[in-house]
Amino acid sequence: MASVTYDHVVKRYTADITVVKDFNVEIKDKEFMVLVGPSGCGKSTALRMLAGLEAITEGQIRIGDRVVNNVAAKDRDIAMVFQSYALYPHMSVYDNMAFPLQMQRMKKDEIDKRVKNASRILGLDNFLKRKPRALSGGQRQRVALGRAIVRSPKVFLLDEPLSNLDAKLRGQTRIELQKLHRDLETTFIYVTHDQVEAMTMGDRIAIMNAGILQQVGTPGDIYDHPANLFVAGFIGSPTMNFVPASVQNGTAKASGFEVKLPKPIDAAKGTLGFRPEAVTDRIVDGGTAMEMKVDVVERLGSDQFLYGQVGSDQVTARVDPRLSVQPGDKVRLGLDTRTLHFFDAESEQALL
Amino acid sequence: MSVAAAARTESTALRFSPRWITDRLGGFVLHVAVIGLTVAWVVPTLGLLVTSFRLPADIANSGWWTALAPPYKFTLDNYSQMLQASNLGTGFFNSFMISIPATIIPVTIAAFAAYSFAWMKFPGRDWIFLALVGLLAVPLQLTFIPVTTVFVKLGLTPQHLTSLGLPPFIPLWLAHAGYGLPFSIYLLSNFFRALPSDLFESAEIDGAGTLTVFFRIVLPLSVPALASLVIFQFLWVWNDLLVALIYVGGTASVAPVTVSLVNLVGSYGQNYQLLTAAAFFSMIVPLVVFLSLQRYFVRGILAGSVKG
Amino acid sequence: MDFNVLLTDLPTLIGVIIGVPAVLAAYIVGGEYLVRRLPDKARPSVRPWIWVGPALALVTAFLVLPAVGTISTSLQDRKGNFVGLKNFATQLDGFPTGGAWIAIRDNVFWLVFYTLFVLAFGLILAVIFDRVPYEKIVKSLIFMPMAISSVALVVIWKFMYAYQPPGQAQTGTLNFLLNTVFHQDPRTWVQDTTPLLGLIPLNNLALIAAAVWGIVGFSMVILSAALKGIPGDLLEAARVDGAGEITIFRRVIFPLMMPTIVVVGTTLVIFALKAFDVVYAMTNGNYETDVLANRMYKLLYNSNDFPGASAVAVILLLTVIPVLIFNLRQFRAVEARR
Repeated sequence: MASVTYDHVVKRYTADITVVKDFNVEIKDKEFMVLVGPSGCGKSTALRMLAGLEAITEGQIRIGDRVVNNVAAKDRDIAMVFQSYALYPHMSVYDNMAFPLQMQRMKKDEIDKRVKNASRILGLDNFLKRKPRALSGGQRQRVALGRAIVRSPKVFLLDEPLSNLDAKLRGQTRIELQKLHRDLETTFIYVTHDQVEAMTMGDRIAIMNAGILQQVGTPGDIYDHPANLFVAGFIGSPTMNFVPASVQNGTAKASGFEVKLPKPIDAAKGTLGFRPEAVTDRIVDGGTAMEMKVDVVERLGSDQFLYGQVGSDQVTARVDPRLSVQPGDKVRLGLDTRTLHFFDAESEQALL
Repeated sequence: MSVAAAARTESTALRFSPRWITDRLGGFVLHVAVIGLTVAWVVPTLGLLVTSFRLPADIANSGWWTALAPPYKFTLDNYSQMLQASNLGTGFFNSFMISIPATIIPVTIAAFAAYSFAWMKFPGRDWIFLALVGLLAVPLQLTFIPVTTVFVKLGLTPQHLTSLGLPPFIPLWLAHAGYGLPFSIYLLSNFFRALPSDLFESAEIDGAGTLTVFFRIVLPLSVPALASLVIFQFLWVWNDLLVALIYVGGTASVAPVTVSLVNLVGSYGQNYQLLTAAAFFSMIVPLVVFLSLQRYFVRGILAGSVKG
Repeated sequence: MDFNVLLTDLPTLIGVIIGVPAVLAAYIVGGEYLVRRLPDKARPSVRPWIWVGPALALVTAFLVLPAVGTISTSLQDRKGNFVGLKNFATQLDGFPTGGAWIAIRDNVFWLVFYTLFVLAFGLILAVIFDRVPYEKIVKSLIFMPMAISSVALVVIWKFMYAYQPPGQAQTGTLNFLLNTVFHQDPRTWVQDTTPLLGLIPLNNLALIAAAVWGIVGFSMVILSAALKGIPGDLLEAARVDGAGEITIFRRVIFPLMMPTIVVVGTTLVIFALKAFDVVYAMTNGNYETDVLANRMYKLLYNSNDFPGASAVAVILLLTVIPVLIFNLRQFRAVEARR
């Protein structure tokens, strides 16, 4: 069993610097879990505590049923792929992959078997004798993966492995990683700041901000039902529209429009949230109309986004790509209220 | 070397000094300046080289440059006389006996210490390191009398050691090790510290212990820095005069080549021609080492002040 | 040359070459083995000391303790009684030419002129060599004097400065040039105390010049690396912005090199303060060329004035320490920039 449990885990450097605060999450065996959040949110620290590279200030981390707080990194049966790959520059690809097994005092033929196996899976057969500096970025990353695979660990830890690759390679590698996860049938814990990677790769996502876990759930869950303002704004591109509004008699009043709330909520003012795809050029029955003065038009071929002012607020709308709009035009847009969110002014929690 | 850096060094179009130098002065004047300065720099050494092949009478009466015009009167006498009559031959051998251990010992010990300063935590580490580097300020003369007094008491003198059948150079090895450590540790620490930390973390996860990391990861990756340090230290010890004089004295059987040379300098007037040959002889080893391993020497200097 | 001696000593040399690393490796492996026998928690506190131990021991024995001993001797008299700062007073007595003042004055000359010349030449050479395709060769030639011993350097420059009375054929290179090119009388470079620019005696300058010759390679190499380390993008951006080449040098290249120049400069200042070999071998400090390190040597070995020598050494130490601190700080700043 290779589940991973973070139980009230805290990482504190000094009295005023707490990098990870009361982190609780249970990662299932064979799951692909993505830890995502902006730089400095504590996700890497959380990963490194699991790896054994950082000491745990409070709480417990369990791999399976085993508490690993005081277990040395090499005895935790985990493997880690670093952002910079951390390949030994003076060793060949073969030796890089063989090194962890040599540390385990494995027999030579067993080592050879495992290295050749991993090399086959990753397509490195022709590069075994080369040194890292003679490899491209993508190849180096595969060697780093290979070094992790040969150990047959219980958990794979990946710390932003795609951030050093160019955009095209990143897309390809994302797909390869997902395939690898399926083939290896092992728990993957993946850290990234890129919400696209999180949404596409994770079975579940854990979003962090400033050391606090914001929400855990499947990509779909998080997209449709963000728990707070931060999650709503972090996931989804272009970003969700946020418009301050006051509530009176079940109606939310924003500066440029009004909308009847589908459910009564217990707040006098807060922030209305709605995704760009909810604001279109079609007025839906039961929806609300608004007028936008367009500032910028973005045509992407398959989509068209309008950025402009509604009342005194900035709003992004997703309209039919065949619509002809110029900057400066005034357009009538319709808001679909079935996917409306409302966030409390103080707690920023979702009330809708 | 990254692709970008390689591209930069290969691009002869992009230069960093002002173009106005070539524009204003013209390519020709630039080359004249460069070659002229270089020639001026080489002249002193050239003078010595030429003089070492001249007869004593000529040396005393005319400038060395006259030998470059006919009649050509050259001789190898100075060299053969120097090798036979003076102690430079023994001195040459002694220099090796001194320099090699006096290089190996500090470099090895510095590597151990530098690894600890760079990658281990212990109380007072930064202060001790600072104090260690601060010792570069200590003029060596300050230390001679106290140390030699203790050495005499402990019987660590060349005469006593020889009578015990041990190499007479032990006090000199230890002294050079002690004197060479501040710089060596400084150089190696800077280099070790610059190694990417995730290499060490990866090794930790892989289960490598301290010794494995040191011998299989840190040392192989530090070959350039170690090579530079070895060359630096070797040349410094080989060219040293003062420390050898103090710890091993001027007796012919134990004197290195620098001491033998300075003994000749004292009696110039009669031995000028020997002096020149001797000086050149003493320069052979450093020049060979330097010319063949110049890359590492330069890299060593750069690692000490600017990372090249 | 006694070949018999060689035959018996060669095995010793080989024995030492193999033995010394073996002993040291055994030490560290043995030390690690001992550390492993300790409980896990204790290991990280004990291990570092095994690794730095030998270094600390050697350094304490050869540098720290003797330095402390010398400092305390500087506060004593010849019989060992505590006399406070009396030795310092003696050395600093008789301004401007008594005691250590000539040496101090000369060290100041070294400090200023040695540093300035080495920096200036280093910079000029770095800049103009950068523009020729045979850069590597000429750099090697300038750099070569760094490989030779100071004794050899002194021998070379004795020939440069050799003097024959006027009217006779000159044997010294410089006097020859003086005679034939500039039509001047030859000078006794190393003894002549005529002040140049009304300030620095000629012979001091002569000694400094010899030392400068030996070390310009050092500053040239470092300044050249700093020059080449300036990102080409910056220069191109400046050119696009319309800056002329002189302006680029003055306002982009030179300021960016400044931290390195400061590091090299302060290192040179330390060398200048510790100058010994050239002075000792060429004049032994006579003819008003004395420097502190040389004076200390003479007090020690010629006059047997241990307290006096110690006082001079301490003075030297006190001048070097602030420069060293400044130098280290600047070096950190240069490093931090990358």
